[in-house]
Amino acid sequence: MGNMSIDMRVVLSGWELDNPVIPASGVYGYGCEYLDYYDPNILGTFSFKGTTKEPRFGNSTPRIAECRAGMINSVGLQNPGVDKVVSEELPRLKTFFHKPVIANISGFSVEEYVYCAERLTHEKQVGILEVNVSCPNVHCGGMSFGVTPEGAAEVTRAVKAVATKPVYIKLSPNVTDIVAIARACEDAGADGICLINTLLGMRIDVKTRKPIVANTMGGFSGPAIFPVAVRMVYQVAQACKIPVMGCGGVETARDVIEMMMAGATAVQVGTANLTNPYACKEIIDHLPLEMQKLGITKLSEIIGVVK
Amino acid sequence: MEYRILENIPLTDSVFRMVLEGDTSKITRPGQFVNVSVPGYFLRRPISVCDWDDTTLTLIYKVVGDGTEAMSRMQPGDEVDLLTGLGNGFDVTVEAKHPLVVGGGVGVPPLYRLTKELLKAGKRPTVMLGFNTVDEVFYAKEFDALGVGMIVVTSGYVTDRLPSGYDYVYACGPLPMLRALADRIGTAAGQFSFEERMGCGFGACMGCSCQTKSGDKRISKRICKEGPVFKTEEILWETCR
Ligand SMILES: Cc1cc2nc3c(=O)[nH]c(=O)nc-3n(C[C@H](O)[C@H](O)[C@H](O)COP(=O)(O)OP(=O)(O)OC[C@H]3O[C@@H](n4cnc5c(N)ncnc54)[C@H](O)[C@@H]3O)c2cc1C
Ligand SMILES: Cc1cc2nc3c(=O)[nH]c(=O)nc-3n(C[C@H](O)[C@H](O)[C@H](O)COP(=O)(O)O)c2cc1C
Ligand code: FES
Repeated sequence: MGNMSIDMRVVLSGWELDNPVIPASGVYGYGCEYLDYYDPNILGTFSFKGTTKEPRFGNSTPRIAECRAGMINSVGLQNPGVDKVVSEELPRLKTFFHKPVIANISGFSVEEYVYCAERLTHEKQVGILEVNVSCPNVHCGGMSFGVTPEGAAEVTRAVKAVATKPVYIKLSPNVTDIVAIARACEDAGADGICLINTLLGMRIDVKTRKPIVANTMGGFSGPAIFPVAVRMVYQVAQACKIPVMGCGGVETARDVIEMMMAGATAVQVGTANLTNPYACKEIIDHLPLEMQKLGITKLSEIIGVVK
Repeated sequence: MEYRILENIPLTDSVFRMVLEGDTSKITRPGQFVNVSVPGYFLRRPISVCDWDDTTLTLIYKVVGDGTEAMSRMQPGDEVDLLTGLGNGFDVTVEAKHPLVVGGGVGVPPLYRLTKELLKAGKRPTVMLGFNTVDEVFYAKEFDALGVGMIVVTSGYVTDRLPSGYDYVYACGPLPMLRALADRIGTAAGQFSFEERMGCGFGACMGCSCQTKSGDKRISKRICKEGPVFKTEEILWETCR
């Protein structure tokens, strides 16, 4: 078919992906949950669940609240801890997924980030280290690393010092000046930026007069945040030279194209997978058609076309 | 996957039965659930499978909020998107000969197919159904038609009326009922079905996690994947809320 001439490949820090579609961290576990629905090898790659030094059970339930065009989660980084990810999850992943993955790491101190990075960077299956700086810093009154340029840069420098793989910093949108933070990461040696993480949100059960999630507040995600994500990707892509992975509210092939035009080299899809487990397969299937409609033959050519 | 509504009728003032036609091949055990996409609502609604055959499945649901209210207005012929075959479901292959099956309110539906399967496995179940009032009773006739011993409770607690002579307990219902039941049955073995707010229903988001025990060890499980049915010996009641 006409698809023969369609080229969906993109390159992230020297790593060529078959297509730019990447399930975001926290909605794809360590890869197995979608095997009932499709073969994950069709993906560009995926970003695995935020992994910490110690195992974490996460927050109390309820952890989920529905919103009009999205959801709030307060999972609280539940994960088996990086040692188990290396000894159990990665070997299992190897049996069915034949591409490198993005290793999403979190920490509550700089040392914890470094520990996770050291454990994961030498794993053959890891293509990129994605550093989630939205976590609260226990040494800083619980303030998130990602809300100040200094905090984000400190984590970046520390992880870069031990990393042998490209380091992408995943930014929180809950800040006043996203550009200043992205620039600080670039200056500290980051190989790329991923944005956005969830927006801090809250829902109340008006019958019981109590917050819906046990943790009171949580991360808001889903289609409602797409315009915020496009705006931030655009601002950061304009200001930085390093590649940007766009994330936030993406649901369709057309959203992927819009995010790339804003400046994203690859596009992560989060919440859409939860309401429709076929979301990424459908996006990848529709991309060639959508490209044809828009007269695009080489997807990488539209990256950041909006000036 | 798309399913076509064959029937969507009220059983009481607020409880409806929906029969859908479509692929039921992923449904393997009683107590599993489907996740229903309701147009206009962002998250799917988890509803237990009450019964199924090769081409149809039956759901019984109570209107408690906007999503289930929208479901109650769906018409025969409408298409609904479902994820099916979710959760572990009840295991009927246990040793027991005289299991007690206890349901409360909209915990009753999955016990219908469970009771059928217990009978098929040669067991002699006794079924106890608890409802708040006489007006809220549904499916008592259908259970009765299976030819099992039946106790229907419409005032007070099911736990005050437990029969004797059972050697295993299956239960689904509100948490206070499950907790009271666990207290009453003491060390008797059984399987209880739980609920939690869900982001996905198929194990991907960790939204529905709970803590369980295995000996001295604490193990985190997902209600949508390793549950919703848990063995009584693994339930950590102090962490259920
Ligand atoms: C495994 C499982 C099986 C279930 N089986 C049945 C059944 O057979 N029949 C039946 O009537 N109900 C059943 N429920 C409960 C049913 O899912 C809720 O009543 C329903 O989701 C409420 O939706 P709503 O839009 O009307 O309410 P709203 O309160 O407006 O819903 C808002 C959000 O909260 C969620 N929510 C609200 N109550 C519950 C609840 N009790 N459990 C999980 N999520 C909830 C909704 O899914 C939605 O995301 C089951 C729940 C689970 C987890
Ligand atoms: C249930 C859930 C869990 C998440 N867990 C993580 C995580 O562990 N690490 C991380 O960096 N982002 C996490 N995120 C954020 C997503 O990766 C993504 O940045 C965000 O949801 C916005 O994209 P979306 O609107 O497409 O979901 C999580 C999101 C959800 C919904
Ligand atoms: S609801 Fe997503 S893991 Fe259970």
